[in-house]
Order: sequence, then C-alpha cells, then structure tokens
Amino acid sequence: MAITREEVLHVARLARLSLSEAEADRLRLQLSAILDYVKQLDRLDTRDVVPTSHAVETGTPFRDDIVQPFGDREAILANAPDRQNDCFRVPRIIED
Amino acid sequence: MTNVPVHEWTLLEAARKVREKEISARELTSALLARIETLDPKVHAYITVLPEASTALASACDEDLAKGVVRGPLHGVPVGLKDIFCTRGARTTCGSRILHNFDPPYDACVTEKILGAGAVLLGKHNMDEFAMGSSTETSYFGPTRNPWDLSRIPGGSSGGTAAAVAAAMCFAGVGTDTGGSIRQPASLCGVVGVKPTYGRVSRYGMIAFASSLDQGGPITRTVADAAMLLGVIAGYDRRDSTCVDIPVPDYLSAADRPVKGLRVGLPKEYYEGGGLSPEVREAVEKALKALTDQGAVAVEVSLPHTSFALSTYYLIAPAEASSNLARYDGVRYGYRSESATGLIEMMSKTRAEGFGEEVKRRIMIGTYALSAGYYEAFYGKAQKVRTLIRRDFAKAFEVADVLLTPTAPTPAFRLGEKTGDPLTMYLSDIYTIPCNLAGIPGISVPCGFSAEGLPIGAQLLADSFREETLFAAAGAIERGLPVPRTAPLKG
Repeated sequence: MAITREEVLHVARLARLSLSEAEADRLRLQLSAILDYVKQLDRLDTRDVVPTSHAVETGTPFRDDIVQPFGDREAILANAPDRQNDCFRVPRIIED
Repeated sequence: MTNVPVHEWTLLEAARKVREKEISARELTSALLARIETLDPKVHAYITVLPEASTALASACDEDLAKGVVRGPLHGVPVGLKDIFCTRGARTTCGSRILHNFDPPYDACVTEKILGAGAVLLGKHNMDEFAMGSSTETSYFGPTRNPWDLSRIPGGSSGGTAAAVAAAMCFAGVGTDTGGSIRQPASLCGVVGVKPTYGRVSRYGMIAFASSLDQGGPITRTVADAAMLLGVIAGYDRRDSTCVDIPVPDYLSAADRPVKGLRVGLPKEYYEGGGLSPEVREAVEKALKALTDQGAVAVEVSLPHTSFALSTYYLIAPAEASSNLARYDGVRYGYRSESATGLIEMMSKTRAEGFGEEVKRRIMIGTYALSAGYYEAFYGKAQKVRTLIRRDFAKAFEVADVLLTPTAPTPAFRLGEKTGDPLTMYLSDIYTIPCNLAGIPGISVPCGFSAEGLPIGAQLLADSFREETLFAAAGAIERGLPVPRTAPLKG
C-alpha cells in the first residue's frame, strides 16, 4: 500500500512533527512497508466480532467529584522551559 | 559454605541479611555503588545513578532498624527502576531528549510502593526511547550492552534493567512491558522477568506508551525474588482507573508449589515458524522436560490467530502512543526548541528535535491509523482481531493451566544488526506480543545457553490473575535447570 509524499506531510502536520526532506522520503517508504504488512488483517472476516478496547473488562469506575489540591505548585513550575511568575511562557500565538 | 560475593546475593537473601543485621543497608549500598562505578562504564545500564540519595536513604534504613523499625520486605535493599517510573527528586527521562531534564513533581505508584517497602533506590535504568524498541538502541542516552557479551544488545525496551540485574548492579529492578519489553530483555540477559495481568500493577506515574497494553513488573535473578517483588508492587490504586481491586495473593509461597498434574500447553504455532533458532527450541524442550520430570503433563494446544498478532500490535500500540505522546509540546516541561517564532512552529520543532527516529515513526503510523477515513480500516480492524486473539487464549486455557513457549526467537543479536529495518526488529517480539493483547500474565525464566554462551529464556503464560501458576511452573524450571544468573563480568 503505497502512500504518497503529500500524505506523509499531511500526517506529520496532524502530529505536529516538522520533517526534513530526507525524513519525509524515508518515512514514506517505511510507512508503506509497514502498512503493506498490516494489511494481512484484511484476510480475516471480523464482521460479527466485537472490538476489544481493554483486555480486562472492569466497567467504568466512578468516584466522588472532590477536589484534591496538589500542594507543590513550585515543583511543577520549576520544570517550565520558560516561565513568567506563575505562568508558562510560550512564543506568540497570533502571528502577524 | 561457599562465600558468595555480596552483589550476587538474591534479593531475598539481601533483605534477610539486612534484617538480621549481618550487613548494614549502608554497606550493602556502597558495595553496589562501587560495582556500578566499575562496571557501568562498559554496560551503560543506568541513565542516572543516585549515590548521595541512596546513601542517605540506606543510613535512614539503618537508623530505623536500630530502633526496631522494619519498613517492609525490601528494608535496606538497593534496587533500580526503569527510567519510565516517575521519581520525585530524581530526573525521569523515559530515554528521550524531550524529557532529558524532567524532574517529576510526584512519585509513580510503583516508586511509592518500593520505597514504602524499604528499598534503597540506586538509580534509573536505561531504556529504548518511550519504551519503543527491542534492543535499548533507541535511547537518547546511547545503547546498553549485554553483560554476557558486550558486543550484543540486552534486548528492550527494559534492557537497562535486565542488564543491571544480570550484571549484579542492583538486586532487582522494575521494568515495563507493552509487547515484551520485560520478558524479551530478561530472556536475552539470562534473568527472570514478569509481565503481570493488565490491571494488576498501577500505571499511575508510569509514563504512558500504549495505555491498553502497558504493565509494570519485576526483573530479578530468581523466581522467588520476582514473586516477592510482585507482591510489593501489585495492588489496587484508585489513581489508575484500569487497576483491578482484587486481593494480592502470597506469590512467594507459590514459587515452590509442586507442579504434579499441571497441564502445560504447547501452542503449535509458536514452534512452527521458520524464525525460531534450533538452539532456542532445544533449550525450551529442556524446560518442558524439567516440568514433566516433576509430574507436569504436556498437551498440544492451538492459538490459530498467532500470525496476526504482530500486525494487530503494530496498529494498536502506535495509535495509542500517538495520542499519549501528544502531550510533549515544549510548553510545560522538558525540551523546547529555541529556533521557532510562533507557537505551532515551536511545538513542531520541539517534537522534531526532541523525539528520535523510532518514536517519530510510530507517531506517524499511529496518527495515520487514527486519521479520518482510516480509523475503521486500521485501528478498528485491529481491535476486532484483538478479540480473536483473546478468544484463542481463553480456549487454550480450557485444556491447559499454563502455556510454554520460547520468549524470543533467537539469543541476543549484535548492536546495529537490526536498526536498519524496523520490521525485522519488530519480529524479535513475535512470541511476547500476543500476551499483552490478551491482557494475560507472562514470565520469562532462564533455561539454558547457546553454544556462544548467550542466555536463552522460556516463556510461560497463564490465564488472567493466575500469576501464582506462573511462579509455580517457573520455579520448577529453575529447580530442574539450574543456570548461572550473574554475568561473569570482570571489573
């Protein structure tokens, strides 16, 4: 299943990955090979099969909606690549 | 009595000797730190070593013991963690540049449990980046080497943990297994590795790869050590909504339970493929003989959808990974690209520079498989085949208590041998992947060596929450086929 260079670039945009020319070319070939391989699943008739999303069925767990404060805001903010007071600083969002 | 060097003691021996004050936690820790200092430059099993923190923790354990306080079954015993478990006060990188400087504000549940049991954390083990790999070669921090042959890979993704345990640079470690990442490196490094039932061990604070498959578990040199350590880390945790609330049995006592009458299933599909090395087949046959010599009964079983497992896995795992890894955007923590002007450009460049090749490849596969128009054909289809694979196992467990298979098709391969072709690399997990898809528990136990002196492991699989059966069968193989567990590395 050959995928095109445009598809590779489209998926990369969805995934927020900027690719070099060489990476895009390599990924086109590798993704095509992997998708070819996984197409073997089409040989199986799964019309009446219920999908498995989790192997151990536990149902949906519920809990009371109670706020539990974390307590150490500084430990979180200390990881910020760029911060201003108690905020994470990012490059401009609205471009010119 | 022969004089076994301190570092070669089992986890249970080390714990007993500290409790009985034959050795202090401080002495034990400094012996292991010295061994890491000598050997780790060759093996590179650790991303981060914590000499000051571990020494301080060992001293605190000694002070507690002097007052008669035993923190738990791991009191004063040095262990390590795969660098995927968040540790407050020790950076947690997941083997990636994008988290190279991440200092978690909280501990993972597994971290809390081992520290609560009294363990001394020596450091954080190397791993394939975001646990994506089968050789530990995708780590941003460079590869780990197999302690039995430094020109070879230790397996992966928990290769650092398996190598550290095999080289006696810790008494035990905890790894994670999404498609074989505990069992395959355990097999290749000649140690014991357990992938518990999905939901047995909390995933809280364990950096997510594929959430419906990931499970943490012990890597140790003996079956009894693994059983004891699983008893420490297993159990309900409300912070992981998939963690199952059922009691934790006494795994340790299961390790020497007799296997007379145990029905050992041999899935024929696992022995038919051309990729299985004759040496591995022979070693696994010896493991079977060890079981039948002790009264177990062999039965042939069939898992007809085995050949579809790899495809199923390589759609489900990347799809879930592409979603889980969306959080790494350079905003709140970790690496941020310096060269961007706008926000979207910053995120795209951060991810391009922060992730390695294998991680990007899987994000791309996963994003493609989940994208509009393809979801049903790929992810939806794979989830249906996953049901067929689960049914295969359910049927097999009607006639067998445990299944015996090879863990990996070959012994450890050489560094660089498979990095060029992703599909060839993926094939090294062919026997371990179905277990994760079915959610059942598995163990790899050493059962011999190749002619070149490389370890070989046998895999045992049981039905959900039947870890005790695994420990009984693995214990019987260990008793029947005693093999050395510590790699003969010269300092």
